[in-house]
Amino acid sequence: MEVRVANVRKEFDRFPALHDVSLDIKSGELIALLGPSGSGKTTLLRLIAGLERPTRGKIFFGDEDASHKSIQERNVGFVFQHYALFRHMTVADNIGFGLKVRHGPSRPPAQEIRRRASELLDLVQLSGLEKRYPAQLSGGQRQRVALARAMAIEPKVLLLDEPFGALDAQVRRELRRWLREIHDATGHTTVFVTHDQEEALELADRVVVMSQGRIEQVGTADDIYDTPNSPFVYGFIGESSSLPVKVENGEIWLADRPIGIAAPNEPSGDATLYFRPHDVELLDGCSGCIAGTVAASRRVAGTRRVELEIGGERQRVEIELPVDHPAAQKSRVAFRPGRWKLFPAA
Amino acid sequence: MADPEIKSYEPHHESQSAAVTESRPARLALMAVAFAFLGIFLLLPLIIVFNEAFAKGIGAYTEALGSADTRSAIRLTLLVAAISVPLNIVFGISAAWAIAKFEFKGKAFLTTLIDLPFSVSPVISGLVYVLLFGAQGLLGTWLKARGIVILFAVPGIVLATIFVTFPFVARELIPLMQEQGNGDEEAALSLGANGWQTFWYVTLPNVKWGLLYGVLLCNARAMGEFGAVSVVSGHIRGLTNTMPLHVEILYNEYNAVGAFAVASLLAGLALVTLVLKTLLEMRYGAEIAATRGH
Repeated sequence: MEVRVANVRKEFDRFPALHDVSLDIKSGELIALLGPSGSGKTTLLRLIAGLERPTRGKIFFGDEDASHKSIQERNVGFVFQHYALFRHMTVADNIGFGLKVRHGPSRPPAQEIRRRASELLDLVQLSGLEKRYPAQLSGGQRQRVALARAMAIEPKVLLLDEPFGALDAQVRRELRRWLREIHDATGHTTVFVTHDQEEALELADRVVVMSQGRIEQVGTADDIYDTPNSPFVYGFIGESSSLPVKVENGEIWLADRPIGIAAPNEPSGDATLYFRPHDVELLDGCSGCIAGTVAASRRVAGTRRVELEIGGERQRVEIELPVDHPAAQKSRVAFRPGRWKLFPAA
Repeated sequence: MADPEIKSYEPHHESQSAAVTESRPARLALMAVAFAFLGIFLLLPLIIVFNEAFAKGIGAYTEALGSADTRSAIRLTLLVAAISVPLNIVFGISAAWAIAKFEFKGKAFLTTLIDLPFSVSPVISGLVYVLLFGAQGLLGTWLKARGIVILFAVPGIVLATIFVTFPFVARELIPLMQEQGNGDEEAALSLGANGWQTFWYVTLPNVKWGLLYGVLLCNARAMGEFGAVSVVSGHIRGLTNTMPLHVEILYNEYNAVGAFAVASLLAGLALVTLVLKTLLEMRYGAEIAATRGH
């Protein structure tokens, strides 16, 4: 099922949580809403679910305007961060709940509901736990049950609100891979919210980066990481360093020195240079480079991260060096960014 | 009788560090004070109640309980509880639901209002009804013209009892529901359940032990209430006398055996309530007490 969010605005007590947000979600797609807390990602998910109503704008399921449909009518599967399993019901009863509360002919007989619950438990790899209560399950198991419960109603869209947020790192990674497999097997249109960029980039077909109630960028992991379209996305996704620079006649200047990077298509004036700390070329001599004094050095897994103080203003930037690089011991390091991007100074 | 308003607040200490543990004599002294106090003020009166009730033998006891006026007082007390407790369950659940699950203007005011019966003297609660429904009261003449009798009759007693007991269920449920939040309800709705199904299958089971606890306390108070009922009842024997009122009348007539016999029933009710309450707290203490901010 395609989902289209068209110019949606949402206010809570006059305070805007979303400004004029539009998003097309393709059928069968696995899409991530990624952003810091307060970016409106959960609000957008709840609007799609029907747990909230938009202040303005519309939400379409296929060609149908679903903006004023209740959550029951929308037939979405919603998975909550804290599982929201019914604690007084067994695992099987939890999964069967959505079928049990149906009315008339659409309600399957009790035996059929039990069969479906067992099938779904197989799918989420928890066969044989039908009689357990939620309290007897681990966090990861609970979230699997919650997913099975959401899928039991054969939803048009599957919505997950920080599904792995309450789990520890190991279980998270495992469930991430598993969710991808389930998605590929069932083909549900799936939207999940996360503040974990690794999770979003690894799992989703497309990532929607949000900030302050707006969508900053929509794209594949490659798009988002390699060609961020705003300072926010550059800063938020992956590691980044930035320096205030000046563009003159197609050359980038740091204070009074050119840094040896040609920027023929950039407009002249003040700008901010963004680059990745690991994507730098170290130089020996310095005729056209960025040079700084090592102010701090940290060992981060397989690399060494050093903080350089640049120029008279002692602007700090981070770059990565190989662990055994002699430059790590030197007080002065010169480098030039490999891949970089300029944004006009605000 | 034991006051149902006294709840036990048991902080869950995992372990006590030596630094905050008193010396042995100090601990013994504290315990002695507590036990002596409870013995003199609670246990001793309880023993006296039963002692006096059976002072003239078991025959006199059963005879006292068998009198027509006493039986009518027991019936009335049961009737009042049977009407006011279910009404307060409905009211309590609605109020707790509204306060815990929704945001609306005047919420803080409503919360304060629910506590009002606890902070107002029961006698005042009764007097309010007299001023409202009495012959000279606000609605008195209107009611009289239509032949509706509230004061000095069963409806008045029921109203006064409802007023005095309405915080019990609501106060038990509000923190519980607030703690549980809306997550389970939202999950049920997203799975296609309607409002009633959500309430019946999800909300109610989540609060059932807290609810039972509240009902237990509500019932104990409904049967034991004296002050408010005394003002509106009129003390008409065989008609508007509840058990607590009947105890007073019998005692004032120097019918000690009769008075204490009826009192022993109320004391028995208190003991049963206490046992049930303790059982509930033991088995479902985590569910009931975890939410009672300590």
